[in-house]
Amino acid sequence: MKPTVLAPRSGLLLATAILLAGCDGPQSALAPAGDGAERIANLFWWMLGGSAVIWTLVLGLAAYVTRFSRGKHSLVASRWLILGGGVVFPTVVLSALLIYGLMLIPALRTPEDVGMRVEVSGEQWWWRVHYPSPDGGGPIELANEVRLPLGERVAFDLLSPDVIHSFWVPSLAGKVDMIPGRTTELIVQPTQLGTFRGACAEYCGTAHALMNFQVVVMEPAAFERWLAHQAEPAQPPRSEIAQRGLESFLANGCGACHAIRGTEADGRLGPDLTHVGSRLGLGADVLPNTTEAFVRWIGHTDRIKPDVRMPAYGMLPDDELAALATYLSELE
Amino acid sequence: MNERNDERHSDDQHKPAARWASLWLITVSPTIWAVHFLLCYVTAAIWCARVVGRNGMLGDARLLIAAYTVVALVGIVLTAWRGYRQHSYGEGSAPHNEDSSEDRYRFLGYATLLLSGLSAVATIFVALSAVFIRSCA
Repeated sequence: MKPTVLAPRSGLLLATAILLAGCDGPQSALAPAGDGAERIANLFWWMLGGSAVIWTLVLGLAAYVTRFSRGKHSLVASRWLILGGGVVFPTVVLSALLIYGLMLIPALRTPEDVGMRVEVSGEQWWWRVHYPSPDGGGPIELANEVRLPLGERVAFDLLSPDVIHSFWVPSLAGKVDMIPGRTTELIVQPTQLGTFRGACAEYCGTAHALMNFQVVVMEPAAFERWLAHQAEPAQPPRSEIAQRGLESFLANGCGACHAIRGTEADGRLGPDLTHVGSRLGLGADVLPNTTEAFVRWIGHTDRIKPDVRMPAYGMLPDDELAALATYLSELE
Repeated sequence: MNERNDERHSDDQHKPAARWASLWLITVSPTIWAVHFLLCYVTAAIWCARVVGRNGMLGDARLLIAAYTVVALVGIVLTAWRGYRQHSYGEGSAPHNEDSSEDRYRFLGYATLLLSGLSAVATIFVALSAVFIRSCA
């Protein structure tokens, strides 16, 4: 019997360790890396601490009256306890929480000091992103990836052309719905460098769970260089196989839906692919960005993302698929 | 008031009048709370959509909300007072669980009083939004 005495305790320790490990990571509201997320996490910890205290108090009282003081209690004292603990105390706690929550809202929503506005449109099942042009021209269209300069307040204008989506990067800020016919706003101020994960947080159809994106927080100077590069047209193919890939891209009608700036392809239905090779993931962060993943994506699109609007091009010969994948993965 | 009630009470001993068991009074305070919420919501919505725009300040709409809140709280306090009078009618204390028309009468008064307390807190909670949030954004 003796050796088993420690087992429940070590089990508890293990469970705690696993639970705590779940609090960290690139997609955790409990590991904040932005001003909004920090305020929300603070609110969460206060509420958690407060509820732990109240829970202990209530269960302590229950244990007291059922185990230690089973006799008859004074009617007056009991009435005061009910009035104090059942009416006054919850009213005071709820008022304090409400006031704390209401005071958070203006700080999270004030559009003052916003340095840059980025437009993100949630579409089934990817993200269309528009950055302001660094040279003052028209907006630059990107897809499925957001990069932000460290410390700058950035406002996201959130749209949707089809159904309700929700834009959520738990590490950076709260979540805001993207509603067809309306523009909603989310203000984000990253406080740490790093790569974080965002997701659609409102069920939006079959592939809702496959609608993710990465957010990279960069030093401001590196961000400027990145944005200037994204504003440029695509590089011409660097090898013979990539050249065949571009020809295949145009010949198979990919340009009807996708744009590659600097080529004839100027479709607007699907994601812009001008610098697709520079992104961290493919298909709204469903696959890694590698040549092999491009082959899988183009050949078996609907198997990777059910009900996706892009038709699979599995009928293309293997060498043509490989050429397409090489060309696209070189579009850095 | 008590004399009048006593008179009616003596009439009611065998066959209570309908108003003795009327539930209407207990609905008054929650109704004031609901109407107050609706008025605040509609005022802010119209103000932000038609008067100052999406990022404008609530400004005078907050004064209107303050006025609604004062009127609502006065209504709730008056209702609570009537409930309290009904609760303390004659001899008897909570929980008013006797099978008699007097205790039913007192019980409805007590319920009115408690619901008025809840409605007052809820009305203040609604108004607090306008205290801390000053902008339509």
